[in-house]
Amino acid sequence: MKNIKYIYIALTAIILTSCVNDLDVSPIDPDSNNASTVFSTEEGTKGALAKIYSSFAYNGQGDGAEEIQGLREDFGNFLRQYFLLQECTTEEAIVAWDDQTIKNFHYHTWQPNDVFNDAVYSRLFFSVALANEFLRNVGNAAVSDEDKVLFAAEARFLRAFAYSIGVDFYGNIPIIDENSSLSDLPVQSTRAEVFSYVETELTEIESLLAAPQTNEYGRVDRTAAWMLLGKLYLNAEVFIGEDRYSDALTYTNQVIGSGYALDPVYENVFKADNNNSPEIIFPLVFNGVHSQSHGTTFIVQSSSGGGLDVANVRGVGGSGWGGFRAVKELPEKFGLTEGDFSLANPLANIADSRALFYFNSNDAWEWSVENVGTFTEGVGVYKYSNLNSDGSQAEYYNPDFVSIDFPVFRLADAYLMYAEIFLRGGGGDANTARGYINDLRQRAYGDASGNITNADLTLDFILEERGREFYWEAQRRTDLIRFGKYSSGSYVWEWKGNSQTGTGFDDYRALFPIPAAQITANPNLLQNDGYTN
Amino acid sequence: MKNYYQLVFSMLFGMGVLLILSSSSAIAQGNMVSGTIKDAESGEAIPGVNVIVKGTSNGAVTDIDGNYSLQVEENTVLVISYVGFETQEINVGSRTTVDVSLGYDVSQLGEVVVIGYGEVDRGDVTGSVVAIDSDDFNKGAISTPQELLMGKVAGVVVTAPTGQPGGNSTIRIRGGSSLRASNDPLIVVDGVPLTNKTIDGFANPLATVNPNDIETFTVLKDASATAIYGSRASNGVIIITTKKGKSGQDMKVSYNGNISVGVPIDYTDVYSGDEFRQVVADHTIDPSITTALLGSDNTDWQKKVYRNAISTDHNVSVTGAIDAMPYRASVGYTNQNGMLEDSKMERTTLSLGLSPSLLNGDLIFDVNIKGMLTDNNFSNDGAIGASTSFDPTQSVYDESSPYGGYFTWVNEVDGTPNFIATDNPVAMINQKNNTSQVLRSIGNVNTSYRLPFLPELKAVVNLGYDYYKSEGTDNTDSLAAFSHRSPQTNVKTYDVLGKNELLDAYLNYSKEITSIDSKIDVTAGYSWQHFYEEKENANRPWLADDTGEYIGSDTTIDKTESYLVSFFGRVNYTFKGRYLVTGTLRRDGSSKFSESNRWGLFPSVAVAWQVGEESFLKTVNALNELKVRAGYGVTGQQDITDNDYPAIAGYNGSTSTSLYGFGGQLYTQWKPLAYDPNIKWEETTTINAGIDFSILENRISGSFDYYKRTTDDLLNEIPVPVGTNFANRVVTNVGSLENQGYEISLNGYVISNEDMSWQIGANFSKNENKITKLTAFDDPNYIGYEAGEIDGGSNNRVQINSVGYPTNTFYLYKQVYNEDGMPIEGLYVDKTGEGGQVDGNDLNRYYLGNPAPDFMIGLSSRFAYKNFDFSFAGRLSVGNDVYNNIASSKGLYANLYNQSGYLSNISTFVEESQFFNAQYKSDFYIEDGSFFRMDNISAGYNFPKVFSDKISARVSFTVQNAFIITNYSGLDPEINDALAPGIDKNVYPRPRTYVLGVNFNF
Repeated sequence: MKNIKYIYIALTAIILTSCVNDLDVSPIDPDSNNASTVFSTEEGTKGALAKIYSSFAYNGQGDGAEEIQGLREDFGNFLRQYFLLQECTTEEAIVAWDDQTIKNFHYHTWQPNDVFNDAVYSRLFFSVALANEFLRNVGNAAVSDEDKVLFAAEARFLRAFAYSIGVDFYGNIPIIDENSSLSDLPVQSTRAEVFSYVETELTEIESLLAAPQTNEYGRVDRTAAWMLLGKLYLNAEVFIGEDRYSDALTYTNQVIGSGYALDPVYENVFKADNNNSPEIIFPLVFNGVHSQSHGTTFIVQSSSGGGLDVANVRGVGGSGWGGFRAVKELPEKFGLTEGDFSLANPLANIADSRALFYFNSNDAWEWSVENVGTFTEGVGVYKYSNLNSDGSQAEYYNPDFVSIDFPVFRLADAYLMYAEIFLRGGGGDANTARGYINDLRQRAYGDASGNITNADLTLDFILEERGREFYWEAQRRTDLIRFGKYSSGSYVWEWKGNSQTGTGFDDYRALFPIPAAQITANPNLLQNDGYTN
Repeated sequence: MKNYYQLVFSMLFGMGVLLILSSSSAIAQGNMVSGTIKDAESGEAIPGVNVIVKGTSNGAVTDIDGNYSLQVEENTVLVISYVGFETQEINVGSRTTVDVSLGYDVSQLGEVVVIGYGEVDRGDVTGSVVAIDSDDFNKGAISTPQELLMGKVAGVVVTAPTGQPGGNSTIRIRGGSSLRASNDPLIVVDGVPLTNKTIDGFANPLATVNPNDIETFTVLKDASATAIYGSRASNGVIIITTKKGKSGQDMKVSYNGNISVGVPIDYTDVYSGDEFRQVVADHTIDPSITTALLGSDNTDWQKKVYRNAISTDHNVSVTGAIDAMPYRASVGYTNQNGMLEDSKMERTTLSLGLSPSLLNGDLIFDVNIKGMLTDNNFSNDGAIGASTSFDPTQSVYDESSPYGGYFTWVNEVDGTPNFIATDNPVAMINQKNNTSQVLRSIGNVNTSYRLPFLPELKAVVNLGYDYYKSEGTDNTDSLAAFSHRSPQTNVKTYDVLGKNELLDAYLNYSKEITSIDSKIDVTAGYSWQHFYEEKENANRPWLADDTGEYIGSDTTIDKTESYLVSFFGRVNYTFKGRYLVTGTLRRDGSSKFSESNRWGLFPSVAVAWQVGEESFLKTVNALNELKVRAGYGVTGQQDITDNDYPAIAGYNGSTSTSLYGFGGQLYTQWKPLAYDPNIKWEETTTINAGIDFSILENRISGSFDYYKRTTDDLLNEIPVPVGTNFANRVVTNVGSLENQGYEISLNGYVISNEDMSWQIGANFSKNENKITKLTAFDDPNYIGYEAGEIDGGSNNRVQINSVGYPTNTFYLYKQVYNEDGMPIEGLYVDKTGEGGQVDGNDLNRYYLGNPAPDFMIGLSSRFAYKNFDFSFAGRLSVGNDVYNNIASSKGLYANLYNQSGYLSNISTFVEESQFFNAQYKSDFYIEDGSFFRMDNISAGYNFPKVFSDKISARVSFTVQNAFIITNYSGLDPEINDALAPGIDKNVYPRPRTYVLGVNFNF
């Protein structure tokens, strides 16, 4: 009888101790993976590398989960928000939407707690974290030793690319490399230190990257590193107050000599089959079926609408989202006026084939933007199209998503950089500069009618020409700052500085604020000058 | 784990056999006394009654005829006890025959209160515990358990469910203790704690339990009562006990049924076809374009999608006892139709309860099995919003339409559907088939064994399970305009299998030590729970291509599990029957956390003083009870994310719609996932003080409670320094939150005599909520993070969580008005004085009220005269602010015409604002949502004899959601949305329901 007590106690003891071990779990999901499973195959390793590239292009993993928290999945797309911050802060774009603080960029009234600015900052550092994670693991990857070196160099390039945008947008930010750990509270570096970090990284990996035009399409080669160095030095006066124009020239020349060529047709650089374009040095790759993301799709859809023949002009189904358009100062750079458009000809038709504008007088369009929230005030832009160069349907056609690759770097930029460096005293010669510009203008005009002479070569002309050549390519804000026109009261456009006719605004806004959320999360961070919190 | 079950079962079995053998060897001596024990009321013999010699363990049990016999000495006192009857003590004297009639113990049910892992006499309760039994439940056509409790308990806010059949309603006990984690209370059904996980295809997991099977709800409100449930108890605990058979009871059959009709109370005010034609002509920029799009019809789209919904509900139960085995079995069938066309829930429930007692009542089994089969038709609730937006000048059908013959907005260029246009609401319902079938069973075997050699000691083993299977399909007609863009999701299926298992084992020692006038009750035990779920989601187009491949088809399988292991103990000590102390301690281990954070300790202590029992008050006849209570306790919260492995690093692969191309080859992207190795539970510390009283022969009773709850290590999705982890926000333990408030309950019998009774119950609750810390580091400039996403634009949020303010405080711009009191579009108070577009500057926003009520009052009353009775229950909510999102997103002239070429109806609220463009962040849309809702009014008549003496019946008529009194301009200010509290979006409207009920007892 008494035994039962002991049996009971013994059994109880067994149950208790065994069950505590149940608490040691590991994921049971058949799809669960970790670093060692991912890097155990070449495909997995390239997939991890692809993730760093796509971090600049895609919304996320395609599962609908927000990769950047605080915003809808598609709003966390880097290219989309990079476009917003680089274009809507200038005369090139304005948005009618009511999404949170989206209009503030054109008003120049953004605050440190702005969600879009937070998304860009967070996305840049997310890319940095991905690159660091890749670098920590690539040594053990199941790939050849050559590929280990090459992949690592590309990861470092992408990290440097993220930091180069960081130098431009935020200036003073923490440098986080592959030796950092989750528990570290990152320490802020100065803008000069970040500049120098990017410079050192790029010079170190220059020789480790693939030789020009020898890598797979979609992955960068040395030319991309030279281009990034060239741009870094070109902007050095803004970034660190130093004249580095001769360094800029060195790398610009290397880019020009690396074998890339101008696409014979300007428009084809922005078409669905632009992966065949000889001009693109660093593309962000999109595929209408297999990358249903809001990068170039966003640029096309958000600027389609208001009566535009969307299917035949933009190559997508539906009627577009509408909402993004240029203020009149952009088409006016091409000499266009409201009178150049008519009911019969809502698409601009002038000698300069780069003027891809749309204005529908039938649909209550107004040339001037009186009410920012009205979709049909301002001028439509149809620069990007999801049709192939020959007008046929894109290979991976999807009515909602486009297959246009985004040209981060293209050769034409190096041509205009050369001319600008020459004018800023970095070396080179006037005839070569003029020649490069006329190469672009001849492509645009189809003949020599738009050519310029050496006398036309001025910095003001370069800024205008960069507007005509690179509008809607997410370059304008950086250009305006470099030319001293960004916040200036003497160079205005509609709604600049939160005024309908345009006005100057405080110079400190040349840098975006460190997101308030980051300052809260990390007491090591100090806010950029001028911002109040 | 399977092995453990086998072990425990064999252990119990072995124990049983041994005990049966040992009990037969009792030695007899002295005189023989025998007799029959009868039911005083019916005169029938009761088998299984314990007849024990007082002060010993010597005794006998009556046989099938109610007879017993045993050896006793002279002048022995026999203790005759049986569950459900009043225990009697009888001095044998020199008699040899002692027959006893036992009377029902009417007070017993109310006198024992179920608490975690045991029960306690009501008088010995030290915490804030409220038990509501079936007499007090809400009346009407009630399909979910939550509705029974609505407005009945102070401090417990049950939001009225939406109109969706079987729809969910949120329960909040004393406000929410969490920001990011679940604020749902832990619900324990017959000893089985349910998971709070949402089950795909099953809107309201608690609907597993048929409300007709519920005997009592016991609400444990303060931590001294809930801490025994440790890491899941921060939001209170609700213990549901189902009805059981009673020993000695004759078989009773009861039928309960009702037929009801739910009708729409009101519609959202939009323009009729004729009005719309005028509005479009007057308020669009270019009427030459817009008026050309108008149709010639007058379609009331809301009336096209809503209907009067007729529902029926039938329940049959059989209750009784076979020898010493009370039983109850029931079958329920509910056929509930929703007001939205097609929406429907058909549910069959089965429940079986057996409580056999063996070995003179020393070994008691309590077996409960509940099963449920539900067929849901979710219709397409997108049609709710569409019906208020669709152009009323268009007709439903268009013979030339290739999209199933429904009028559809198309792109002019190619005739494809304009996908940003509103879909035809009737087509949305008819061309979609979204159904699910859910099978769920919850059951347990509770074995309680009182050791014969130590009767004060009881060993309890409770084995429980909760299994569910949900299979759903969500199919879209291939002709449907809204399927045109994504035919690959036309056929969607999902399949969920959940298996949760439970083992509790505990010992209870209860002894009265008369020498020191003390009573001690000690419980110590162990609990193990396993939660497992697997899901399969698949989608494909209707047709395969030539190669037999379904383009774009996809199947994903997810599996996840977690464990919870706990040790717990409780001591109740009573001195002189007046001074009570309870202490509990629980140690919980959760597999969700890393080894170093896995274990949490949750203590509590409470004291109570039966002041009324003191000699100086005992003489006050008017005072029946006066008790003062105070308690302190710590509880936890481990329901933190859907992710069961938040502390473990992992990678995930991208789907086929997010592949990256290198050299024309597509690669699955591999992404490292964010994780937080330091994540752990939230801890909530509660203090509670209360008074219970009862006066004038218990005619008026009530209680008062004050509490303060402080949550620390508050889980919140907070910004983390980017660049080291793989996210910009991570859910981690940071921040603090306070809830404090008080509650008053009063219950009075105004009239109480043989023919007439009138009872009034009222409860008052006031809760104040305040965030006291939100971030890891103090940052005076941090304003908080936005919450409360609205419809309209993307990610627009109108609320904020800020330190020093209640959760979800409205945070908006202050509207400027003209002399006539009309709001001026786009003009706001310039708080910063910086000028320009005021709403272009976030710093111009103001803190403006919050969705939680200042206080709430629940009111109910029941009047009975002879066989007639009348009752009602209602709720008053004061000071809850509502953001009218229907007005802000639909009351805009800009919505009339979309540049892609379609028209939309708008809310007539536009006449109040005259706004052309959206002004989402204007405080113009904040309204006082105070309301009084009459939840139900019911009248009934009892027929004591129908056809014969053995049959009684009852007929009742009830109006549910009878009326609402409010100044709110929208449809209904009571918002049932945990993520966006106080934001009135397109919700399934609540019907007014007329119910005819019948009840037969055989």
